Amino acid sequence: MRHLGLWLLLAVLLGWTLFPFWWAIATSLKAGPALFDTALLPRAPTGANYAALFREGRFGRSILNSALVAGAVAALSLALSASAAYALGRIAFRGRGLLLATILGVSMFPQVAVLSGMFELIRALGLYNTLAGVALSYLIFTLPFTTWILTTFMRELPRELEEAAVMDGASPFVTVTRIFLPLLAPAMATTGLLAFIAAWNEFLFALTFTLTDGMRTVPVAIALISGASAFELPWGRIMAASVVVTLPLVLLVLAFQRRIVAGLTAGAVKG
Amino acid sequence: MSAAAERRRARTAWLFLAPMLLALALVAAWPLARTTWLGFTDATLFAPGAQRFVGLANYRLLFADPDWWRAVANTLVFATVSVALETVLGLLVALLLDAKLRGRGVLRAAMLVPWAIPTVVSAQLWAWMLHDQHGVVNAMLVALGVIAEPRAWLAEPWAAMAWIVAVDVWKSTPFMALLSLAALQLVPRAVMEAARIDGLGPVGIFFRITLPLIRPALLVAILFRLLDALRVFDLMYVLAGSGPATASMSVHARQLLVDFGEVGEGSAAATALVLVVVACATLVAWLGRLRLGGAGR
Amino acid sequence: MRRVQAAIWLGALLLAAAPAHAQVTLSLACSGLGTEGALCREGAEEWAARGGHRVRLVSLPNRGTERLALLRQLLAAGSRDIDVLQIDAVWTGMLADHLLDLAPHLDTEGQLDQALRNNTVAGRLVAMPWFTGAGLLYYRRDLLEAHGHPPPETWQALTRTAEAIQHAEPARPQRLWGFVFQGRAYEGLTVNALEWLASHGADGIVAEDGRVAVADPRAARVLALARSWIGTIAPQGVLTYAEEEARAVFQSGNAVFMRNWPYAWALLNAPDSPVAGRVGVARLPRGEGPEGRHAAVLGGEQLAVSRHGAHPALAIDLVRHLTSRAEQRRRAILGAFPPTYPDLYADAEVLAANPVFAQLPAVLRGGVARPAAATGRHYSRVSANFAYAVHDVLAGRAAPAAALDRLRARLQRLAPDGAW
Repeated sequence: MRHLGLWLLLAVLLGWTLFPFWWAIATSLKAGPALFDTALLPRAPTGANYAALFREGRFGRSILNSALVAGAVAALSLALSASAAYALGRIAFRGRGLLLATILGVSMFPQVAVLSGMFELIRALGLYNTLAGVALSYLIFTLPFTTWILTTFMRELPRELEEAAVMDGASPFVTVTRIFLPLLAPAMATTGLLAFIAAWNEFLFALTFTLTDGMRTVPVAIALISGASAFELPWGRIMAASVVVTLPLVLLVLAFQRRIVAGLTAGAVKG
Repeated sequence: MSAAAERRRARTAWLFLAPMLLALALVAAWPLARTTWLGFTDATLFAPGAQRFVGLANYRLLFADPDWWRAVANTLVFATVSVALETVLGLLVALLLDAKLRGRGVLRAAMLVPWAIPTVVSAQLWAWMLHDQHGVVNAMLVALGVIAEPRAWLAEPWAAMAWIVAVDVWKSTPFMALLSLAALQLVPRAVMEAARIDGLGPVGIFFRITLPLIRPALLVAILFRLLDALRVFDLMYVLAGSGPATASMSVHARQLLVDFGEVGEGSAAATALVLVVVACATLVAWLGRLRLGGAGR
Repeated sequence: MRRVQAAIWLGALLLAAAPAHAQVTLSLACSGLGTEGALCREGAEEWAARGGHRVRLVSLPNRGTERLALLRQLLAAGSRDIDVLQIDAVWTGMLADHLLDLAPHLDTEGQLDQALRNNTVAGRLVAMPWFTGAGLLYYRRDLLEAHGHPPPETWQALTRTAEAIQHAEPARPQRLWGFVFQGRAYEGLTVNALEWLASHGADGIVAEDGRVAVADPRAARVLALARSWIGTIAPQGVLTYAEEEARAVFQSGNAVFMRNWPYAWALLNAPDSPVAGRVGVARLPRGEGPEGRHAAVLGGEQLAVSRHGAHPALAIDLVRHLTSRAEQRRRAILGAFPPTYPDLYADAEVLAANPVFAQLPAVLRGGVARPAAATGRHYSRVSANFAYAVHDVLAGRAAPAAALDRLRARLQRLAPDGAW
């Protein structure tokens, strides 16, 4: 009985979560006026939208760009903030609270308000229309996030571990890399994944800081898909593109999921 | 600890902090300072560089604008309701995923799909799903007998807001769920085992053991979710086509900054938005007794 | 990356014994992929091949507001990354400061007068018309014939015909509506509402001398008529429709009338369209009474040259080529882009490819320009406020006269004494 309820709950949850994605898939397999009907299964499924997607644009290149940018952003944010999180989470020093509040403050500005200043910065650094420029601009929203999350988790680790390490004469660097980071693997994987997705999906900066098709990232490439004329929305192709870009992320989660959960054999270390 | 050792630890702390702080200062200092400053000038997109200092004039204009206050109210309602729902649902999903179910790997990936679809697309997708004549939502609700006739959900400000919240819950629950799950992973199983042996039921364990232990992590997740929700843009922009009646603060600020080219007024609106966010974040941190300065356990 | 590319190019040039004159690469910002992008690329490549230059295409986002935001950002920064840009009819005033005056360099002989006037800001021709567009009334010929109604001449007749057919048609799975248009609170609603106003002889938003003109009592009456459509002949959802949402309803056979741009014609008559061959097209109705006239707001896109580009002379030459009569003819035949040379509407090949173009000369003659030049850089604010006021009326949140009064007060604050 209890299991039945659980499964029912799961089914409702999955339906709510996945239905829009299913609808995107169904739409991507339709063409012409069929796009306007509400059949849950396309009556005459067609792969034309997918074919057009890869034939017309440089969509494959955009996927690669997005992967590079999001991967670099996630890796860089994790590295920088793991180190910072150790200081913020494990060491009591004056001004720590203020520092954390300031870091949080950075992510309070709406993106559009930061846009012009960031545009000038990117140009001043000579990074306009480069992937490095886009990746750099993303740090403004990933760094505060990853730093805060990792600091919180870092704080939760038991003090005895660190004390034991210090006893053994381990330097702070060794303590962080050999003891804390392995323990934080699930938190790191989760935080990294969220940072990756945030960078993967970002639109406004990517649109403004790149110019040529070869440098476009996926959300921008999707937004640039246009129909035969100014007003026509090539809905089928846009949906095909969305399906194509969502799949790598799903695969990524599947690949990383062992790390997301129980990266540590919880009870044993934590005791 | 001796004073010397403490100084040494403080030095270590700054050493470990330096790379992150430098990177953050590099990307954030100029854009943020610029926006704040421009809010006190009469800058426009048309004559860049030719602005004059006008004191609080932009703020006076903004605060006299009923549309701004409507945007503030819209945003606060949206953020409160959606973050509350996402927290509860996210926690629920996290508990489900934490349980030893068969195929939970696939479940976990499935849960993430809404978060993984670019917002540019998912907002549009929902707009079409909610289309009054050709939307699949109406078709299904009619087929199920919930409503007699298709409804124009997005044409009524009230229903539009309800749907915007629903879509945000759909999109952002995975975020809360993942962070809650990560927090759950750090709860020592031994503590739970002990509680179970002491005769505490699953509900008791959750409220007396699990929740207090994951509270700090959960609170930070809520904080970031709230920051995002208060700056909501895409959803409002795409789903709410009624102008000021359903606009959020970000939509209002963007319109001034970008569409109207009023950089001064728009920057003031953006800065005012930040003040609202600061107030909300402080409130949440205070309510949740979040320790900023406390040391590790 | 670019430096490496440049080095490779340089090497290649040296090896191939470079041509006598320097090859220049121009950046052209025109819209998207699809047919429009392909036509733009072909046109640019033809010019490039002829002069031995290169053209780099910069694609722009679909949505107008995003496109404008991007262009403004680039131009305001004095970016040299764009030489020639495609702009909307109503952006001329907002972007004028960054655009070159083309009048001394380009021949405008035979170009559509209204389009040229629209693109002239403070005496400078800041953009060359590339293709035009105007509102049209699409109707279901089969339904009108079956019920014995002629295409409506006036808005009042449209209202009556729509009501009559809506009631006479047998029940069907999806409800048949009388009229769909663009009712979302955005630029498209400004366009629709201006057409209603102009066709009743009422003043627009701002007169050509910059005076705020929304005080007209006729305007309130017109808006009251439009308000009466909502929920009766137009679905409530029309308040959220842009062009494509309206087309979705009409193309699925669920509306008798639709206001839309010329682009819809080809899609409505595509082989797999449910209404293919059953659609007629006419001028938009006029208002009843002696002041009524057929009025359609002019749309369309222009090509402009950035003041910040490195090669203005070549950029102007590229514009000359792309906006030429021959190129516009090609684009009309292959992509159904309405040319800005009125005489091309008599061209047999153009007409054969686009029967709907037969209506356009008359429509264009009654063309109404939006007050982009008069309001200059404030246009988008004026237009947004106008659309919001109209939307409030249509949604029943405000009475027509009250909404217009509020709008007038707002606009007068923006431009005291008509000085924008």
